[in-house]
Amino acid sequence: MENLITRYRNVTILAVILFVQVLGLAVQVKRSGADESTRLIRLWTISSVTPLEKAIVWCQGGLGNIWNNYIYLRGVRQENRDLKFEIERLRLEQVRLADDAHQARRLQALLGFKEQYIAKTVAAQVIGSSGSEKSRLIYIDKGLADGVEKDMAVITADGVVGKVLLASGSAAQVLLINDRSSGVGVILDKSRLQGVVKGTATGELVLENVMTDNVVSPGELVVTSGGDQIFPKGHTLGLVTRVSPGADLFLNIRVKPSTNLSSLEEVLVITKREDRAPSLAASGSERAVDILSRRLPSVPDKPAVDPNKAPATGTPPPPTNPPTTAPQSVVNGETPATRSAQPASPKPQGEASATNPGNLRAANSARQGAVRPARSQKPAPAAKKISEPIAKPGTSVPAPVQPAPVQPAAGKSAADQAAPDNPGTSEDKPH
Amino acid sequence: MPITYTSQEQVEVYRFSVPAAIVIPLIALFVQAFVPLQLHFFSILDLPLLVVIFFAVARRSQVAGMLTGSLIGLLQDSLTHQPIGIFGLTKTVVGFGASSLGGKLDVENVGARFLVTLFFFGVHEIVYFTVARGLVKLTLQWSWGHELGAALVNAATATVLFTLLDRFKQRA
Repeated sequence: MENLITRYRNVTILAVILFVQVLGLAVQVKRSGADESTRLIRLWTISSVTPLEKAIVWCQGGLGNIWNNYIYLRGVRQENRDLKFEIERLRLEQVRLADDAHQARRLQALLGFKEQYIAKTVAAQVIGSSGSEKSRLIYIDKGLADGVEKDMAVITADGVVGKVLLASGSAAQVLLINDRSSGVGVILDKSRLQGVVKGTATGELVLENVMTDNVVSPGELVVTSGGDQIFPKGHTLGLVTRVSPGADLFLNIRVKPSTNLSSLEEVLVITKREDRAPSLAASGSERAVDILSRRLPSVPDKPAVDPNKAPATGTPPPPTNPPTTAPQSVVNGETPATRSAQPASPKPQGEASATNPGNLRAANSARQGAVRPARSQKPAPAAKKISEPIAKPGTSVPAPVQPAPVQPAAGKSAADQAAPDNPGTSEDKPH
Repeated sequence: MPITYTSQEQVEVYRFSVPAAIVIPLIALFVQAFVPLQLHFFSILDLPLLVVIFFAVARRSQVAGMLTGSLIGLLQDSLTHQPIGIFGLTKTVVGFGASSLGGKLDVENVGARFLVTLFFFGVHEIVYFTVARGLVKLTLQWSWGHELGAALVNAATATVLFTLLDRFKQRA
């Protein structure tokens, strides 16, 4: 017997090593909380690996910042201009959406809904991964010390990323939504069908539990339903890419994640959520015309004119509203009328400039309305364009009032007065 | 000194300094965990497996091979969220097999290294799938195309990597 063991010493050692590992695996599988039995080992590994990863990411980030912020600045001015225009456009759109949101809040309050709001998030940097296609998880540089705990949702601006699986003092392990052991409760945005999105072994996302008698079309948006108690409701998860009949009367629906899960750099961990009943306080009920009016220069006060006093020269008074033909006469974003009204006023910062057609049209339409009655002119075709994304059927618009010759009051902006009193350009009115 | 079946000549047995034996596997694990964040296709590689094969073949000792494989595999397991021991078991088998083969065949040239890595990558995947599906009940999908592609990429990488790691070899 002893000779046998000596002869097959290596094979015996192999058998022993394999047996011990199989035993360990069996214990982990037997216990429901497999993570708990090996938690300490994993914490040690995280604690030993993540400091080095953090240091490398930090150095990498520092070098990248120096290059991007001080050396490679090509196209930054143009980008800055584009972003400013984008902000202008979004602010106007925000006003329109705020109307909708206010209306929705009012209705929700009437129905007694409670919503979950994201109260607090922690921004974290991705510092590592499992390094294996068989386990899709990432490591982030925030842990228990930063308030990150197990089962917290991790998102980006684009959509859902995953959930925290394990948190050590200064780092955490995040299970991505495309891992085969991951599952997210979702709802289809258009058809309002609910299901569960699960990861597959190949890293794809599949929407399960949707019956074949339901109609789901490719391109439909998939958002979180909040039913899993991890991800807040209404966050974008992805788009339906393919629908085919599956097994057992369920559809086989493939979903493309809205976040690029293979190149994550920064993520947000939702560390606090709270239930809040929607309040009726009008927080965003600002009209687009108010924003525009703030950005336009005010019409200067008219000099006091004695109505009893006749003109000395006998010449007729100059018309206050000279007819103009709008687009052709625009120079640097001002019509001749506005130029005459504001001879040398400096352009306020952030005002619509001539290089932005959208803002230019918006500003022009407001100004033209301010200095002459709408009926005296044809609405400039270009002015319609700004109203198209802003105007929304069904929203409350101040009732058009019969125009009277407008005399801008002192201290009140031109657009403030022009917008409600200009039926000729009523479709131009942003709301 | 072992004698090869192929050339009936004695083959060299190598050893490694302690720092090299510790640091090289750790670097492999670290690179495997870090680089896929920047280069996603890098996750198709299994650097810890290549290191296991290299050490096993160079040392030509079955015990050393399986212990190296076991330790590297367990460390790799602890970086994932799956039960600890799947990679451990798999790399133990690969370590044992590679060291056994290294003692019998001359696997010093590029072609032999390519074929050995190709073969042991296949063994690794088969054992992994068997353990993961049979023992741990993980839902895995076997894709011939993917596995073959991964095997070729790993084998090609191994030929370059092994040449670099040869610098750390010391005659026993």
